Amino acid sequence: MTTLTVHRSRWPFWPTAAGAALAWLIGWFVNLPVANWLAYDVLRLKAGTHLGDAVAFFLYDVPKVLLLLLGIVTVVSFLRSYFPPERMRAALAGHGTLPATVGAAGFGVVTPFCSCSAVPLFIGFVEAGIPMGVTFAFLISSPMVNEVALVLLWGLFGPGIALLYMAAGLTVAIVGGLVLGRLGVERWVEPWVLEVRAGGGATSLDLRLSVEQRFRDAWTYTRDLVRKVLPYVLLGIGVGAFIHGFVPTDLVAQIGGRENPFAVPLVVAIAIPLYSNAAGTIPIVEALLGKGLPLGTTLAFMMAIVAISLPEFLILRRVIRARLIALFATVVVVGILAVGFLFNALGL
Amino acid sequence: MKVIEVLGPGCSNCQRVEANAREAVAMAGVAAEIRHVTDPREIVAHGILSTPGLIIDGTIRSYGRIPSAGDIATWLIE
Repeated sequence: MTTLTVHRSRWPFWPTAAGAALAWLIGWFVNLPVANWLAYDVLRLKAGTHLGDAVAFFLYDVPKVLLLLLGIVTVVSFLRSYFPPERMRAALAGHGTLPATVGAAGFGVVTPFCSCSAVPLFIGFVEAGIPMGVTFAFLISSPMVNEVALVLLWGLFGPGIALLYMAAGLTVAIVGGLVLGRLGVERWVEPWVLEVRAGGGATSLDLRLSVEQRFRDAWTYTRDLVRKVLPYVLLGIGVGAFIHGFVPTDLVAQIGGRENPFAVPLVVAIAIPLYSNAAGTIPIVEALLGKGLPLGTTLAFMMAIVAISLPEFLILRRVIRARLIALFATVVVVGILAVGFLFNALGL
Repeated sequence: MKVIEVLGPGCSNCQRVEANAREAVAMAGVAAEIRHVTDPREIVAHGILSTPGLIIDGTIRSYGRIPSAGDIATWLIE
């Protein structure tokens, strides 16, 4: 008889999870005293000096952002595994344009999605007879109201700004989807894509996974994500620490202040080539906000970073014409500018 | 002879599933052919929207995640 061992010995799941949660909590609470101790006692820097404050900020922010990413992205990815795109498609098919658009924007927050799946998703939606504007609402909302951005906003600025950001992002996605839906954009979709349209709704695949399996997947995803964004986070916090310690508040307020009508378009233009590096940019944003950059300008900056992704546009080019990609990008940019100007005008 | 199909446009995630599938074939000691399905129409025809997907002998085993070599080996010898 031959015995086949396919399972490597693994850590027992629940004790490991409990231990990790405890270690996370301890790390969260000792972070500030340890950072101050390192900066002011071990390195003997003076509190209140430019260098001392910059170093203390860096030593405090790096573990804080890493803990936030590791902890909350794991939990969020676990929850997201219950809302796969296949299930979203089944839920959206056969509803009116308005409820489906609102639903698609909402699914953008919870549905796990990577831009390499953009083409199958697009075709799958067409196949199920889902209106084009609904698909675009999802494609706008999914990267913009992205879990990494939300988690970092919540952790660094509190729930108020995170929820405002989410509300603004959902509004841009819904309005953008409705506008694109009204423009008859089908004529700029590649003809072979429209041929698959069956219009007969959609069935949802249903492969069940255990809770443990979902947690293991979530942890693998988080580990890979953190490994990928770590250099950007360190760079971002380094720049943030420099701004925090050395850049005078007057300078930021003068250039990016509410009185400067070009501040919002300027930050959006800066943000476009910085696509998808939300993790690295938020620490810079944190420092700028601390120096008096208005909230509208800050939110516009972040949204433009995560929502305007040139690689995704290139991938979408396989299914839609360049003109529609340009229109899609224009609608997103106009939405982001509107959010920036509105929040600044409200004086938030 | 098992037929393993890896569904996806060829991004890094799909390549990891393919690598795991190769490892699983060696682990399980079965004869298997690995195909890579990149045509999005064929992927969608299986009802899969989130890549990478994995189909063994016509049965959908996973989609939207990267199954381990151990998982794939278990499915191969079922």
